[in-house]
Amino acid sequence: MSEKIKYFLERLSWVDIMVWLFGLAILVIAVIGVIGSIHNAYYTKEQWMDFVVFGISQGGVYALIALGYTLVYGILFMINFAHGDIFMAGAFTGYFLAAKLNQYGIYNSHPIISLLLIMLLAMVTSVVVALITERVAYRPLRKAPRLVPLITAIGASFTIEYTFRGLYGSGVEAYPDMKIFVGKTSVFGLRILKVHLLVIILSILLMAGLYAYVQYTKAGKAMRAVAEDKDVASLMGVDVDRVIVNTFILGAALAGIAGVLYALIFKQVHFFMGFIPGIKAFTAAVVGGIGNVPGAMLGGFILGIFEALGPGLILEGLGIPASYQLKDVIAFTLLVLVLIFRPTGLMGERLSEEKV
Amino acid sequence: MEPILIAKGVTKRFGGLVAVNNLDFTIERGSIASVIGPNGAGKTTFFNCITGFYTPEEGKIIFDGREIQGLTPDRVTRMGIARTYQNIRLFSNMTALENIMVGRHPLMRHQWWDAILHTRRYKREEQEALEAARRLLNFVGLQGLGDQLARNLPYGAQRRLEIARALASEPKLLLLDEPTAGMNPQETSEMIRFIRHLRDELGLSILLIEHDMKVVMTISEKIAVMDFGKKIAEGKPEEIQRNPRVIEAYLGRGAASGIGKATATA
Amino acid sequence: MDSQNTFWKSAVKNGLLAGAIGLYSTLVGLVQAFNKRAVIEQLSLGHITLLLSWGVVAYVFLNHHRESESKGKLIAAGALVGGLGAFLVALLPMTAQWVDYHFVFVHAGPEMYSLLTFGKGPWLGSAMLVAVGALWGILIALVVSLPTFWRDSVVKAFLITITVGLLSDLFTGMTIGWMFQPFLGVEGLNILGAVLVFGLSIAYDYWSAHRKPKESAEAVATEPAGVTKSQLRRMVVGALALVVVAGLPLLLGSYLSHVLNMVGLYTIMGLGLNIVVGYAGLLDLGYVAFFALGAYTMGLLTSTGPLGIAHWTFWEAVPFSILVAMVAGILLGVPVLRMRGDYLAIVTLGFGEIIRILALSNWLKPLIGGAQGILLIPKPPLFGFKIQTPIHFYYLILVGIGIAAFVAYRLRESRLGRAWMAMREDEDVAEAMGIDLVVTKLTAFAFGASFSGLAGAIFASYVGSIFPHSFNLLISINVLSLIIVGGVGSMPGVFVGSLALVGLPELLREFAEYRMLIYGLSLIAMMLLKPEGFWPEPIRKRELREEVGD
Repeated sequence: MSEKIKYFLERLSWVDIMVWLFGLAILVIAVIGVIGSIHNAYYTKEQWMDFVVFGISQGGVYALIALGYTLVYGILFMINFAHGDIFMAGAFTGYFLAAKLNQYGIYNSHPIISLLLIMLLAMVTSVVVALITERVAYRPLRKAPRLVPLITAIGASFTIEYTFRGLYGSGVEAYPDMKIFVGKTSVFGLRILKVHLLVIILSILLMAGLYAYVQYTKAGKAMRAVAEDKDVASLMGVDVDRVIVNTFILGAALAGIAGVLYALIFKQVHFFMGFIPGIKAFTAAVVGGIGNVPGAMLGGFILGIFEALGPGLILEGLGIPASYQLKDVIAFTLLVLVLIFRPTGLMGERLSEEKV
Repeated sequence: MEPILIAKGVTKRFGGLVAVNNLDFTIERGSIASVIGPNGAGKTTFFNCITGFYTPEEGKIIFDGREIQGLTPDRVTRMGIARTYQNIRLFSNMTALENIMVGRHPLMRHQWWDAILHTRRYKREEQEALEAARRLLNFVGLQGLGDQLARNLPYGAQRRLEIARALASEPKLLLLDEPTAGMNPQETSEMIRFIRHLRDELGLSILLIEHDMKVVMTISEKIAVMDFGKKIAEGKPEEIQRNPRVIEAYLGRGAASGIGKATATA
Repeated sequence: MDSQNTFWKSAVKNGLLAGAIGLYSTLVGLVQAFNKRAVIEQLSLGHITLLLSWGVVAYVFLNHHRESESKGKLIAAGALVGGLGAFLVALLPMTAQWVDYHFVFVHAGPEMYSLLTFGKGPWLGSAMLVAVGALWGILIALVVSLPTFWRDSVVKAFLITITVGLLSDLFTGMTIGWMFQPFLGVEGLNILGAVLVFGLSIAYDYWSAHRKPKESAEAVATEPAGVTKSQLRRMVVGALALVVVAGLPLLLGSYLSHVLNMVGLYTIMGLGLNIVVGYAGLLDLGYVAFFALGAYTMGLLTSTGPLGIAHWTFWEAVPFSILVAMVAGILLGVPVLRMRGDYLAIVTLGFGEIIRILALSNWLKPLIGGAQGILLIPKPPLFGFKIQTPIHFYYLILVGIGIAAFVAYRLRESRLGRAWMAMREDEDVAEAMGIDLVVTKLTAFAFGASFSGLAGAIFASYVGSIFPHSFNLLISINVLSLIIVGGVGSMPGVFVGSLALVGLPELLREFAEYRMLIYGLSLIAMMLLKPEGFWPEPIRKRELREEVGD
């Protein structure tokens, strides 16, 4: 018996114990918070539903950005740290078109066309920024040790942020309201904000489109081939450089649209707006399993809902005042927990050990 | 005397793939043993099970009388097993001398406070480590190259440096993963002499993984042949050479004469 | 014929690139912001930025074709690249009457246009701008076609002259500033000064190139005796350096001492992060967390305000600041032990943000003051005397740097230091060499954090009040940038990096707004062009020389 205990103890690492205790502590805190919140009934059922819908719509935005992280990671195994700022570039640039259109009254007389034009501009801007970034900061370093492109990505992130600060100024600008999307509407008996509905529908459509593209088109197949094995793919006649550029274009285009959707929900745009959504979307990609396209979508919605419910459901139950201030802490905690206990994410089975 | 290493029923799976399947193997003290087999036969996986890089799902690995399966690699190394790698893995931005001094890590005891205060223990250990590293550098024939960055050394020197680094921990068992890979015939026979020298001079037990039949047949006292994760034969070089299953697995049917030739010229 | 075509095509392409870079620096606002600083007489840093945008492109392009093309063609191509580059920029003022650039680009406006057109109106002014661009291109072509030695020497002298011009404030700010007065304009160098610096630089190059062979031959000949001589020289240089460092604040005065103090605090942090990133290879982006913890611990323990809990002195609180940071380093290190490099970066970034969010939150406000921060942090007393002015603090920080550098150096030279570096090179192999990765990683985090905690403690006492806003992500990025620019893993690199990235922006106030832009660009540029940094760690020779322990 004592032999067995000794055998077991020899193989037990205190790091595991600490990590499990850490996880357990967070779980206990969360449960106490939830019980406290439910017990005190701070919010009505309608309010909870509002939270969920808000969560889904911001989750859709996170998912669209997360796709950019996941696509690039799937192919280059690097975290495109600047992706959040590529998102910002689209959203911020779109603002000027929105403001101009509003000035001439087109914004509200032809809302759909306006929205499409703004999205187009945002997409193009994001794509251009992403292509320059890839060409200057990533491509020459593709063979370098892993940390090197990560450092240039951090550099690129700040360069983009402060470039746009220099170009557009450091002020906060607000997208004008689009009248047809103001107010609430009924869906299945639920009263939800029209903007949220619009964002949810658009993001789901885009995701479906992307999934079909990756799964069924020739370009999408080439992309998956390169993700599996660059060398073999290039032997099979796939132009790897081309595919990598395509991937950046795709991710950036989605980020650009996500930027406009984000601006529809939250209105405000400024040069630093990409940082937090960028990290959140990265978290979403990790939660779903980085490198995995459906995973990023799922991760986005999970994170969006988690974050919308978290402060009210967990933190207020603990008696923390102004709990919304801490909502970013919830996302970061989720990121840490996932990376500790399931680094391959919810759907990340397909990544082999060597890639992770 | 009991063997230095006993593996009993070692099994390692990756998903559905059984990389090492119920493997038994023993290495006698002071002997040179080899594991051979075609690519993907599970040799390196077996190596990684011994060194603690993988934990086998089943079976026991007993080193020097203690069960070591499932221990972390650093603890296995501290118990007296050292290894080299098939594709040389030196600390490329450190000098040759520093590489060897890292190898000596398990023999040193001084802590950070010793280093900050330059205690007597620190000075003694560092002096010893430096001298040992210089000695090993000479031993593997790299004198004068100690202050070169490891990545700037020529290929053959890198191989020898890797062995010196492994020897620095004063192991009882040395695992060499294809030590002659990428060498020309002359370098290979030098390496063979060197491996013998290691055993005779330092009294080490050595386990080799090799592709080169000539090397294996020349220096091993005992050979295990693996195929698809299983051990298909074990014995002295002459026995292995004659074993039809080995010949079939290793070289395909009708290749028996080829092996005979390869060893005849050795 | 064909290669002729590609040459001119490539010249046009480079002209467009030059124009794009010129437009970028104009629209981002660099040219305008830098225009406020004269470097040589009337020539402002803004002008120089524009000239450099075109010049670098032209230089690289022409230099590439230096051997293969005739001098005449190089000159023509130089004029083309420079002229085209200038033309693209000139498009802005030319079209401004029809297009409202200012709606989108905040810096576009009459002020910018008049700057670009020398105040001569859109048409004449633009023509002048294009002419200047073309002439500048020709000048570069002429320099490029000089013999290699003279080419390099002229380029170097040009850059040095600009740098000296930029830093001329430094001379006027000094207590012996009057000595330099004849060479300085109202701001920057005057013509005489510029010519002098330019000439001196070239003369020095010429002298050192012609002296070198003799010197090295001599050194070889007198090798055995030379050992003690070089030792002696090193000692003299060391002693001189010590005197200069000790006397510096007296020479520089209060403001420049303050600048040096910021450099010093960043140096302490840099030395710590250098252990984590440079030695152990763990990319930590949440380093500011430990700086904040050190500062808040100091604040809470010493503050005489309502939030102070102990009313200790600086000296009693410092060990606790370091200890708190160190423990936090270990605690935050545990969850990330198994994470791979890039995940580690993002998670530590998250930790840094969490600390800042918590510091700002209403939840912890009763304890640490929320957005109002902690006020009334007393200055350190010293034998009845108070360390108060920036000049006093200079010496305190100097001691801090000394301790940090000493500890970092000694750790480097130990079993632990080698384990860190082995882990940086190859984690799996390091573990297979008997290195306990858990202990090795955690000690790296702990030492890195403790240096940062020390810096934070001094900072809190230095500024007297601390706010969560002082502890944002940008500090982590600052520290990371400075160790990368200096040379990852290099202790002298940390000093060079913090002088360049902290000292310069403090001196050049116009830079302040563009500081992060410059950091971002320099991170990319360093990785692309000089990944080892400006002052990489020298390789230590010890096979045959140098015994252990002094």
